Amino acid sequence: MKRFAALFNALDSTTKTGAKTAALVDYFRTAPEADRVWTIALLSGRRPKRVVNATELRTWAAEAAGVPLWLFEESYAIAGDLAETIAHLLPRATQAADPSLDASLRGLIALTGRPEAERRAYVTAAWAGLGPDERFLFNKLMTGGFRMGVSSGLMTRALAQATGVDAAVMAHRLMGDWDPARTRFAELTESGGAETGARPYPFALASGLETAPESLGPAADWLAEWKWDGIRGQIIARAQSFAIWSRGEDLITDRFPEFAPLQDHLPPGTVLDGEIVAWGGTAPLPFADLQKRIARKTVPKKLLTEAPGHFLAYDLLEAEGTDLRETPLAARRARLEAILAALPPGLPISASPVVQGDWPELIALRATARARRAEGLMLKRLSSPYHAGRKRGDWWKWKLDPFSVDAVMLYAQSGHGRRANLFTDFTFAVRDGNDLVPFTKAYSGLTDAEFAEITRWVGKHTVERFGPVRRVVPELVFEIGFEGIQESPRHKSGIALRFPRMLRWRQDKAVDEIDTLESLRSLLRQVSEPGALPAEKEDPGASPPGPQDI
Amino acid sequence: MSAQLLSFTDRGIFCAEGGFYIDPWHPVDRALITHGHSDHARWGHGHYLCTHQALPVMRHRLGDIRAEGIGYGERRQIGGVEVSFHPAGHVPGSAQIRVARGGEVWVVSGDYKVEADGLSEPFEPVACHSFISECTFGLPLFRWQPQAVIAEQLANWWHTNAAEGRASILAAYGLGKAQRLMTLLPQAGPILTHGAVEETTRILRDQGYPLPATTRVVAGMDAKSHPGALIIAPPSALGTAWARRFGPSAEAFASGWMALRGIRRRRGLGTGFVISDHADWPGLNAAIRATGAERVFVTHGYTTPFRRWLEEQGYEAGIVQTEFGGEEADTPSEAEPS
Repeated sequence: MKRFAALFNALDSTTKTGAKTAALVDYFRTAPEADRVWTIALLSGRRPKRVVNATELRTWAAEAAGVPLWLFEESYAIAGDLAETIAHLLPRATQAADPSLDASLRGLIALTGRPEAERRAYVTAAWAGLGPDERFLFNKLMTGGFRMGVSSGLMTRALAQATGVDAAVMAHRLMGDWDPARTRFAELTESGGAETGARPYPFALASGLETAPESLGPAADWLAEWKWDGIRGQIIARAQSFAIWSRGEDLITDRFPEFAPLQDHLPPGTVLDGEIVAWGGTAPLPFADLQKRIARKTVPKKLLTEAPGHFLAYDLLEAEGTDLRETPLAARRARLEAILAALPPGLPISASPVVQGDWPELIALRATARARRAEGLMLKRLSSPYHAGRKRGDWWKWKLDPFSVDAVMLYAQSGHGRRANLFTDFTFAVRDGNDLVPFTKAYSGLTDAEFAEITRWVGKHTVERFGPVRRVVPELVFEIGFEGIQESPRHKSGIALRFPRMLRWRQDKAVDEIDTLESLRSLLRQVSEPGALPAEKEDPGASPPGPQDI
Repeated sequence: MSAQLLSFTDRGIFCAEGGFYIDPWHPVDRALITHGHSDHARWGHGHYLCTHQALPVMRHRLGDIRAEGIGYGERRQIGGVEVSFHPAGHVPGSAQIRVARGGEVWVVSGDYKVEADGLSEPFEPVACHSFISECTFGLPLFRWQPQAVIAEQLANWWHTNAAEGRASILAAYGLGKAQRLMTLLPQAGPILTHGAVEETTRILRDQGYPLPATTRVVAGMDAKSHPGALIIAPPSALGTAWARRFGPSAEAFASGWMALRGIRRRRGLGTGFVISDHADWPGLNAAIRATGAERVFVTHGYTTPFRRWLEEQGYEAGIVQTEFGGEEADTPSEAEPS
């Protein structure tokens, strides 16, 4: 664990990509091979299942530390991190052992399904034998949420550098379903962890377009599509396997049984990239409907009819078993449409329509995105290959500006991790007559300096405390941005927002200038009334797949 | 007999019978000051009383003040009470203030730490009935390692930086922490100081505190003129043009708050040395026990949980409100010494 802790500290103590890469490369060259495999797994989101829950950890740690549980909770509220709280609270180890990362993880995995007494004995003994840094990391392995300030992409590049393999090739080798407990480092980096049959390709990612689209050159060089608000997915239909992967590399085949018939109809050796949406017959349903599907491993019949899944395909990565990623997009798209056109009708799949037009027309069409349940447009260079990961220049997301309202802060709570000790989690209210009605929380969008200033302000303007939550004098006004709004009987305000965040701290505004609940309700009516949807020339669900004029 | 010997007012801790305040935060006629940090020794009082050792820095910081020094342990009658100052171990010259009337004894701890740092007059427990204790680090999260362990970490850090051609810029509060750090370190190279640190260091050195030679950073100094230097500066100097003159450098902050990863990371600093001039959790508990007090008031820190903890340990416990209506220091201001 010491070697792993040294890596963690090296990554944690810098924000410089170069320094992080160097630390990883060194680790991938020198650490024990089994530990390297686990590190790759952890940094690509392949965490072992939890064997201990947070309540158990709290109870065991408080008792081991000899502090009452309430004092443990107070300490946790300040440290903002369970693993760290435990590492600090326990007495220092008398003699620190140094088990390998591999041994530690295997030890934990072996606790699966064991009775509490046995798990507790193992964990408390491990705590007693680890130094503070290793204890913190050991706790992180148990609690999950393991973030080391390193993206999967950065880890992949470092691994590629350490092994002399091309980064895109390495990214592909790391894809799919492989078990770090049964994968050797050489096997993983030389041929790939997962069986090739169900292994997905690394997703191509887009960057946000921050300039006028004209800066991209002639519109004719670009393919425009709606930017759907669904689950990015890859459908793999190969001779021996059928799999659906989410962008987060979760295997979601079983969650969307409606796609199962595709394995009988897609030609063997086909891999599609697209968006999974809940389908309303002619257009996607709001994301909230799809959300009901995401959480479930098995889907009740009712949900299948209420929120049927539909795949809006926009790219073809493999056809007849051949990797097409180096083929220009224009050719991939044409072939994609041909494959979809050959499918029998009634399958839950169609091509994501191509949005046609010159820049002024596209600008006008983009403005209608919300009514079509899209977040804006995607712009993809017709001559571009399908990149592994994010490569700036060929794929752009061109999203609409968010909705926004001015609201006043009502409650503040301190954040976690890097933001522990800072008030960063706020609840906001709008006005309803003489009342202030809380309607959303938001955590992001301000600078550290602004959070620090607000933290000082909260200290002096607390009206009431509820554990870690402070009710404050309703005085600070913020512009809250969000991507969507929907009805929600669970909320006092009757509405729920999608992706709320703070756009600005309006120090120029007073609480009597904030927006009203009525203004939010009217926005809700605008977006949910069918009349608000502009008529569509074609129905992308029922029509034969193909490029469409919109 | 009037009510409580010490009472808690909106100007600070007040002794009616002695007609004085202790570390008041608004101007008063007569102030007893535990130590020279700016949150304890404020400007504008009519008359100041502090230890002889604390006086020179206070005069330097507060300018032309009416002030008087007193020796550690010296007993002085003020009004109807007896007052004496006792080492708090926080910084050179820092004191706890004992106030006695008849058989009743109160002690105001000021800021304190129990580990002897080799520079400050070491903390002495003072028996009392009522103890007013700071609790900046009054949660079991905070357990300091022995000073020698941190000294070794610091020395390694400096050594590695020097070997790799980087200057070592160490941020620390200018009175106390800065001088403690320079005495902790082996003489492995030149120690340079920011003006704010140098002034205090010079005054303390002139008083007879055993401080190593330091050089004030002036125009024209850079990495070439002082390779491998350790530069001690106030936290505000990090990341400024002042710090950039030394070229490639490593920056670190020495504070008890560096125990928390969130705070360390938010500062964007690579390295944090966990070293504090305040008592840690075991230190606070040991100090309180050693006074033999039955009644403990806590102030300056995690007052709410610390009070509850003390009550569960059988003490009669209360909270002394600080300036901002009972706000806990759960949002550490990094400008304050810690």
